[in-house]
Amino acid sequence: MHGRLKVKTSEEQAEAKKLEREQKLKLYQSATHTVFQKRQAGELDESVLELTSQILGANPDFATLWNCRREVLQQLEAQKSPEELATLVKAELGFLESCLRVNPKSYGTWHHRCWLLSRQPEPNWARELELCARFLEVDERNFHCWDYRRFVAAQAAVPPAEELAFTDSLIVRNFSNYSSWHYRSCLLPQLHPQPDSGPQGRLPEDVLLKELELVQNAFFTDPNDQSAWFYHRWLLGRADPQDALHCLHVSRDEACLTVSFSRPLLVSSGMETLLLMIDESPPLAVEWRTPNGRNRPSPVWLCDLPAASLNDQLPQHTFRVIWTAGNVQKECVLLKGDATCSSPLPPCPVTGVPSYHLLFLSGHQEGWCRDSATDEQLFRYELSMEKSTVLQSELKSCKELQELEPENKWCLLTIILLMRALDPLLYEKEMLQYFQTLKAVDPMRAAYLDDLRSKFLLENSVLKMEYAEVRVLHLSHKGLTTLCHLEQLLLVTHLDLSHNHLRALPPALSALRCLEVLQASDNAIESLDGVTNLPRLQELFLCNNRLQQHAALQPVASCPKLVLLNLQGNPLCQTVGSSEHLAELLPSVSSILT
Amino acid sequence: MADNLPSEFDVIVIGTGLPESIIAAACSRSGQKVLHVDSRSYYGGNWASFSFSGLLSWIKEYQESSGIVDESPAWQEQILEDEEAIALSKMDKTIQHVEVFCYASQDLQEDVEEAGALQKNHASATSANSTEAADSACLPTEDESPSTTSSDVPAEQTPRSDPGSAPEGAEAEVSGEKENLCDDKTCVLSTSEEGTSENVPVAEDITEPPKNNRITYSQIVKEGRRFNIDLVSKLLYSRGLLIDLLIKSNVSRYAEFKNITRILAFREGRVEQVPCSRADVFNSKQLTMVEKRMLMKFLTFCMEYEEHPDEYKAYEEMTFSEYLKTQKLTPNLQHFVLHSIAMTSETASSTLDGLRATKNFLHCLGRYGNTPFLFPLYGQGELPQCFCRMCAVFGGIYCLRHSVQCLVVDKESGKCKAIIDQFGQRIIAKHFLVEDSYFSENTCSHVQYRQISRAVLITDRSVLQADSDQQISILTVPPEEPGTSAVRVIELCSSTMTCMKGTYLVHLTCASSKTAREDLEPVVEKLFTPHTEMEIENEVEKPRLLWALYFNMRDSSDVSRNSYHDLPSNVYICSGPDCGLGNDNAVKQAESLFQQICPNEDFCPPPPNPEDILDGDSLQPGASESGDIPEASSETPKEHANPEKPEEPSE
Repeated sequence: MHGRLKVKTSEEQAEAKKLEREQKLKLYQSATHTVFQKRQAGELDESVLELTSQILGANPDFATLWNCRREVLQQLEAQKSPEELATLVKAELGFLESCLRVNPKSYGTWHHRCWLLSRQPEPNWARELELCARFLEVDERNFHCWDYRRFVAAQAAVPPAEELAFTDSLIVRNFSNYSSWHYRSCLLPQLHPQPDSGPQGRLPEDVLLKELELVQNAFFTDPNDQSAWFYHRWLLGRADPQDALHCLHVSRDEACLTVSFSRPLLVSSGMETLLLMIDESPPLAVEWRTPNGRNRPSPVWLCDLPAASLNDQLPQHTFRVIWTAGNVQKECVLLKGDATCSSPLPPCPVTGVPSYHLLFLSGHQEGWCRDSATDEQLFRYELSMEKSTVLQSELKSCKELQELEPENKWCLLTIILLMRALDPLLYEKEMLQYFQTLKAVDPMRAAYLDDLRSKFLLENSVLKMEYAEVRVLHLSHKGLTTLCHLEQLLLVTHLDLSHNHLRALPPALSALRCLEVLQASDNAIESLDGVTNLPRLQELFLCNNRLQQHAALQPVASCPKLVLLNLQGNPLCQTVGSSEHLAELLPSVSSILT
Repeated sequence: MADNLPSEFDVIVIGTGLPESIIAAACSRSGQKVLHVDSRSYYGGNWASFSFSGLLSWIKEYQESSGIVDESPAWQEQILEDEEAIALSKMDKTIQHVEVFCYASQDLQEDVEEAGALQKNHASATSANSTEAADSACLPTEDESPSTTSSDVPAEQTPRSDPGSAPEGAEAEVSGEKENLCDDKTCVLSTSEEGTSENVPVAEDITEPPKNNRITYSQIVKEGRRFNIDLVSKLLYSRGLLIDLLIKSNVSRYAEFKNITRILAFREGRVEQVPCSRADVFNSKQLTMVEKRMLMKFLTFCMEYEEHPDEYKAYEEMTFSEYLKTQKLTPNLQHFVLHSIAMTSETASSTLDGLRATKNFLHCLGRYGNTPFLFPLYGQGELPQCFCRMCAVFGGIYCLRHSVQCLVVDKESGKCKAIIDQFGQRIIAKHFLVEDSYFSENTCSHVQYRQISRAVLITDRSVLQADSDQQISILTVPPEEPGTSAVRVIELCSSTMTCMKGTYLVHLTCASSKTAREDLEPVVEKLFTPHTEMEIENEVEKPRLLWALYFNMRDSSDVSRNSYHDLPSNVYICSGPDCGLGNDNAVKQAESLFQQICPNEDFCPPPPNPEDILDGDSLQPGASESGDIPEASSETPKEHANPEKPEEPSE
């Protein structure tokens, strides 16, 4: 036919393609081979640059070859004149750019660019920023490029306001962009530093309101987009709690001093993180340990008091503990053993701890000093926002959204968190309902949600206990699946955990140094790791649990005062010779019910 | 030259509108010998775009055509005994009721000379299709301001130097000719990209600065070549058939496109922006949070409505507008969806129509940008030319200003076997494609044509001002009274290369119920105010009209073949432009006609890879042509959507 172009057939094409590919492979392999040979021989010259650029140009992920290039460039730096070097660097930058076009997500390439630029006396940062902008235009979620941009912005000292505007421009285009939101969370605190020493990472209210509006726009537009919800959660708090020394407890009987902290820490004898002073004496050398004896990072630490410190020559002893890292201290008083005075003494002057409401008890057998758990600081760092009006309006709009999107898990979770932040006790009932809904729409996370719910309920119970100023905590019939915040229960004497879904009494339970009675019947407990070294525990109820092996009761043996142990309804009771076995295991327990 | 035309072809295509051009390209591509002729001096027929002076001559052409007396048909002598002739029309009757108004001040001191050496006529005489519509074409005098009298029609000698219209050498050389043309364009484009705004490369700019910054008529005339005014106003759906075809056939490399930047709605007397993409909804300031959710939820549902039949089944009997009322949507959201997204009729469209249209809109969203539409730079008239170019690349022969006097039919077989052209040359072919307007009244006396009402306005600013003055907008104005059709408004800014800097080119389109002016003037009055010299500078909200043109165009789409008289089976009819927004109609028509001519042939397959072309053969111009591909695409400025690369990088 006229005008018809003569075109190769598909077999010919395939054959040509195959040949081409084979040739490519040959070239690639021989070039790689030569580079490695030269490297071994120490011939780090420009020919290596040439060879590696052939390979890297096709496959920029060949990390070893980037290393090779760096070695060559370092060597050439010593040999070349500044002008020659400048051309070399320029060529290298151009080459890197072409590699990035081949693969914009190559770790090696971006890293090499960082390396190269940080070696330059006067790098052209403006050009680099432009490069980032260009690559982010193509793919606004290229986190390699975001990373590089943060590096460049830091090196070039780009004002945070400009970078913030840049994140704006990308969020406007597509708000499903974790990198962009994250960058905001780094930039905003820089732009609005908090003047006081208050918790860092908080924003002034006007800024906060603007950000909240922005992020609300995002989750109303697409409530299933997680990035916006995560940013929202960051906005509403999540600042680290301030370091604090929550509670100090001294017991005469056990000659023991216990301290609980706002976060887990590691106290080792060599480091002076924790100083103990008695009656204004110089710091005492004591051996700190955790209640369970494992000496891992823990929020509770204790030490044995030297016998001399508890003599009765003075009417009272004042114990002061200083946490040097947190720059906080606390003191408490123990009265003379035979004194008749039983009423608590007025609070001691506490220095260094600002504006905390403290609870004191000074007695003959024990004395303590603790921050009140009614303090909002205690639990709200998950969503620690001072402005309840802001939180209220957030709650309102989230509820609005929830009406439109009854099945949106992010919305439900945020509602729960907002309620926690606003008033955990007031919203308790409503919160439990939302948990139920949430569990129904998100069954994949049922276990996580149960744990979260347990945590919140426990927090509420602690608050209630504190308001009542008692040392008894009732947590029965609450559907608990996990125990947390146990370090808050340092002073509790009676704890009722019956009728829950607990599967273990965790090691952290050993922080309950004052515990005398523990009711944990009707759970699903299989292990008792936490019932260890409890100096005052007398009665332990563990009916209707899932204790299978006698060995599970091993930790209980370390409780010196235990007299009553009820194990009825556990599988281990069925085994032959159970009672004898137990009596052997726990010789000091006078009454073991099986 | 014309006598030298070969006397035998496979396919003769008469008319260079979009469907004809696509068919010509497809036939040529699959090896048919194609002759493509047009009696006009420009490509595109009613799909063409004109510079300002070109448009003025177009108007004038309609005026003059009346004067041409049909000379005695000399061709009849050529018809043999066993043949019959089907005479073709000499005159285009598709345009009617042409009315021109000029509102911009006509500064008589200034001696304006642009491309077309404009002469100041004694302000009068609008042109019109004078044969039938003489009365309706008369000037609107009393009711308008004095400056409305108008129509400086270019004099006869008007040299055609504007890029949109046809090259002089009407024959064969198309590809070379157009090469220059293209280069020229890319130039213009890159200079304007530098950002220096006053880059209008006209030497006599010195006379320009007007005290009040208002654009005068003489400026428009002087800058007339900046205009590329479309006769039909259409957009390309990002996933429409035409885009697919442009990509598949690689014709896309002959054109550049810009994304429409915003969708507008006209509601309660105000123009507002319609948030339609996810980013739009997120950024919208006018929607409340709850509205954002409602809208997103509804649109998300529309994307996959077919999978949730229970949600709309009960409303299938209703109109889409009634259905929208049952959804959780506030009235303004209902308006947005009905008029601006689905672009359906309030009274006539069913729920399913609406859902389908909404889905189509959303489906096109995000392929090249935040709206579903693309506009070809330099005007819609580029598109037929792109296909003509491809046809020429594969050997098609082009003749503009070449009319065909008749089709010759063999009595015995009843088939058409040749044409006789204006020079009396008889050219034989197997297939004949004829655009509707070429048929004589005899042939189409039984055809019931609909009409399209069109208005073209030049204004001084956008109907909705925004941060950037370079917006390309589409606005749907719902009908005042039920039963009439909605008016589609497309506003083009100067970066689309269709109008001069500082002006906007506005196209109004609707299905006619009366004359174009009667149909469209109410909408024009709602959106614009006439430019009057005396008016004090009190910031008027509405943009000012500088110039306006109204005309009716025949809508020959969807006409059944049986309505035409006695056409041989190898004569195929191509329709003129339809009233719709997209170009699907033209592509569908082209493909189905192509399948009739070349059954079992691929429709516009991609050109072969230059590497795969075997040497040694005397190559078509196409060989070198296709070698250009990488260069051509790399020159494409980045900001313009390039349909060759439809992938979105981040998904």
